[in-house]
Amino acid sequence: MLGQLPILSALTFLPALGAVAILVLRAMMRTEDRPALDRNARGVALFVTLFVFVLSILLVLEFDTAQPGFQFVEEADWLTAMGINYRMGVDGLSVLFVLLTAFLMPICILASWKLDKRVADYMAAFLLLEALVIGIFCALDLVLFYIFFEGSLIPMFLIIGVWGGANRIYAAFKFFLYTFLGSVLMLVAMIYMFVVAGTTDITVLLEHEFLRDAQTWLWLAFFASFAVKMPMWPVHTWLPDAHVEAPTAGSVILAGILLKLGGYGFLRFSIPMFPDASAYFAPMVMVLSVIAIIYTSLVAFRQTDIKKLIAYSSVAHMGFVTMGIFTMNALGVQGAIFQMLSHGVISGALFLCVGVIYDRFHTRDIAFYGGLVHKMPVYAAFFALFTMANVGLPGTSGFVGEIMTMMGAFEYDPRVAFGAAFGVIVSAVYMLTLYKKVVFGELTNPKLESATDLDWREWINLGVLAFLAIWLGFFTTPITDITTASVEALISQYQGALAASANP
Amino acid sequence: MTGPALLADLSLIIPELILAIGAMGLLIAGVFIKGEETAARLVSVAAMALLVLAAGVAVFLAPQGGGTAFFGAFVLDSFSLYAKAVVYLAAAIALVLASHYLRTERLARFEYPVLILLATLGMSVMVSAGDLIALYLGLELQSLALYILAAFNRDSLRASEAGLKYFVLGALSSGLLLYGASLVYGFAGSTEFGAIALAAENPSVGLLFGMVFVVSGLAFKISAAPFHMWTPDVYEGAPTPVAAFFATAPKLAAMVLLIRVLMEPFGAMADQWQQITIVLAVLSMAIGSLGALMQTNIKRLMAYSSIGNMGYALVGLSAGSEAAVWAVLLYMTFYVIGVAGAFGVILSMRRAEGMVERIEDLAGLSKTRPGLALAFTGLLLSIGGMPFLVGFFGKLFVFYAAVQAGLVWLAVIGGLFSAISIAYYLMILKRVWFEEPTGEFLSPPASVAVITRVTGIATVGLLLLVPFMLNRVIEAGSAIGG
Repeated sequence: MLGQLPILSALTFLPALGAVAILVLRAMMRTEDRPALDRNARGVALFVTLFVFVLSILLVLEFDTAQPGFQFVEEADWLTAMGINYRMGVDGLSVLFVLLTAFLMPICILASWKLDKRVADYMAAFLLLEALVIGIFCALDLVLFYIFFEGSLIPMFLIIGVWGGANRIYAAFKFFLYTFLGSVLMLVAMIYMFVVAGTTDITVLLEHEFLRDAQTWLWLAFFASFAVKMPMWPVHTWLPDAHVEAPTAGSVILAGILLKLGGYGFLRFSIPMFPDASAYFAPMVMVLSVIAIIYTSLVAFRQTDIKKLIAYSSVAHMGFVTMGIFTMNALGVQGAIFQMLSHGVISGALFLCVGVIYDRFHTRDIAFYGGLVHKMPVYAAFFALFTMANVGLPGTSGFVGEIMTMMGAFEYDPRVAFGAAFGVIVSAVYMLTLYKKVVFGELTNPKLESATDLDWREWINLGVLAFLAIWLGFFTTPITDITTASVEALISQYQGALAASANP
Repeated sequence: MTGPALLADLSLIIPELILAIGAMGLLIAGVFIKGEETAARLVSVAAMALLVLAAGVAVFLAPQGGGTAFFGAFVLDSFSLYAKAVVYLAAAIALVLASHYLRTERLARFEYPVLILLATLGMSVMVSAGDLIALYLGLELQSLALYILAAFNRDSLRASEAGLKYFVLGALSSGLLLYGASLVYGFAGSTEFGAIALAAENPSVGLLFGMVFVVSGLAFKISAAPFHMWTPDVYEGAPTPVAAFFATAPKLAAMVLLIRVLMEPFGAMADQWQQITIVLAVLSMAIGSLGALMQTNIKRLMAYSSIGNMGYALVGLSAGSEAAVWAVLLYMTFYVIGVAGAFGVILSMRRAEGMVERIEDLAGLSKTRPGLALAFTGLLLSIGGMPFLVGFFGKLFVFYAAVQAGLVWLAVIGGLFSAISIAYYLMILKRVWFEEPTGEFLSPPASVAVITRVTGIATVGLLLLVPFMLNRVIEAGSAIGG
């Protein structure tokens, strides 16, 4: 049914249209009507994101899991003179990220419902961001991919800079310039691929065999972009700043979706297009991943700011993802994708949990809190669940991702798995300490006396995420069914390319 | 020259005839119209109409095959026609931007549009030059008109200083160029580009010297470092609409002329001039992006931004291929659109006490004038080559030309400098979006508002038209590339 409709274009451009609609609305209404404008902007944003979410569910339901190639492919003429065309399509590696984006967006809109600073601009920025991010996962042309990938910096820069915390300008600049610098190298690499292969069609480039020497440089250029985006140690330092200063919904998007762009990029470009270089650099990535897991976990333990602690924990969890991807066995790669999706849910939920108490007390200082369980029991229960999920307790989605990537890593090299396992222990230490300090103990701070438990919007948001975190902890097949065919195709292509270059 | 041959020649220069006769006619008419302001307004409107008419002629009526006139001194091909159309429209936009400003600053005189017309005529000859004499004629006609325009506000010390500075340094560069031309003529035996191209296949040292001087003279006109010193002072000192004009049409015309000179007469010496353009490109990108970081005046910042942008264009030109020609043409087109709009925003920075031009005066613009702020954001990011704005395609294809010619390292340097240059556009956006307003601008005049809106929407909306423009520039590039 959906096969004939341009569903991916609809998913990409509907939010953009929503953003334009909000801006037009703002231009038409007078300043006195601001409350009405704010109401309408929220309404439009929620309606559009929910509609896109429903559409993305239909997309996943229609997705043929047996087929490893690209589906729902759309093609249209664009810069035909240069052979650059508008091409969209999804496979098992990308379709779930589209769903994740579409799923987290309405939650973000709901979480920002009470915001009253420039609401129309805020909603427009989020819708634009959704359009660009979905575009990234659907693009099947290098230039198109780069436009979405790089363009997504603009709304995020504004979201951090306009609606962020006290040090927001520094954080916004650091976020933008770090990722921009990484990406311009990727741009030159893409142009080089364009010149050498004569096309920007990703489906064709996946079959193209680049020369071995060129692969090394191309791989490094792409790595410069994706490692920053991921973020991998030691280029992760923009992330804690961006997270701390971003508004709650901004943090959810940043941790939930934008961090996945790096992992997606490795799977889409680095490994299939530069297999020799990937094999050559895999040990380096492993070392960086293990350092990231252990080092940032230790750093997280020393944080006094809740958001910063969770941000460092995100870096550690992304270490599992890079580790899993570069094991290049089915378990590791599947685990990495699972870990990315699960982290999207859990870290999003944790940032929402921080947002709940930040909205009430306007501080993220751990020392300020203590004994919240007496006043906010429901909140304490949810926070406990997500803490456990983040630690990787069996029965939650966090466990599945970690165990799969670690088993993949064990197959690759037991020492790597050992290092990662050490990180799991430290993660339990810092998360449980955080939980103890914030939620348990006596309620000593008199300012906390006025605490009220969750309202219905927070209930919905956290409830949905909690359901997912547990459901995915028990039932992994909905995800692995979709990814298996594509992952196996990816790995067999990779092994084939390695074998071919070993016996030329 | 017989009658029919003369008529055939004249048919190729209809746009130039329109501008030349129009400028003369308006000069006479201006004297006879009563009232200085009325004269200025009528002549200005007539000049805009002439420019649009000339652009229309260039687009629709010019003979499809093109041709040469006046024994090869004047070349009409798809390349020069494209450049002409853009130059005329940019000049028309500059006139639209100027009208209100000149009235409120009590500078409204009918000579202004006439000078713009004459400068445009000079550019029109420049982009069609097929001979060193025609090249020099066009260049000097343009420059003389621009010198006067820079000092148009003759009661202002800074404007006079800007005009004088521009004149002295411009005369120096013209001298360099003329000296180079004389060397080229001496060693090639002809001033005609075709004959020079033959001599360039086995270049003598004298020809090489001449080429270096000619390129240096032209580098001054496009304000490529290290010939950029005049730019910030002139942009700051000259009346803002004049700076808007300087930054758009003359830059494009001089760049087009540089492309033709390098590709046609000196096409066989690409190995030699490539070294020059690469040095110019790297220096311009470095000075443009680092210099702009320190600025507090928005006009000076635009000056450094233009220096840097010429650097990116030269990255593409250094490839010396057909792709280089059309990529630079596309880059310059998007640059002109972005800069015209950005100057429209700068011209909207008027408070009750007068024009302001510090960057910090833009604080909180997104609150006081959201539409203008949105347009400015699009325009600046487009000039900076940020996707999803059209300026990105200019940058993409100049880097493409460089990589195609094996200059990967130059593209990498260009990419790194573009990360620095994006920082100062962000610093403006920081004022616009992140800071609280310190005061409000007066409502911009309708003429300026239209330009900022249209160009602002164009930075996103042109994405759909990029294929069409790409086909035009590729066609234009095929006329002289390869």
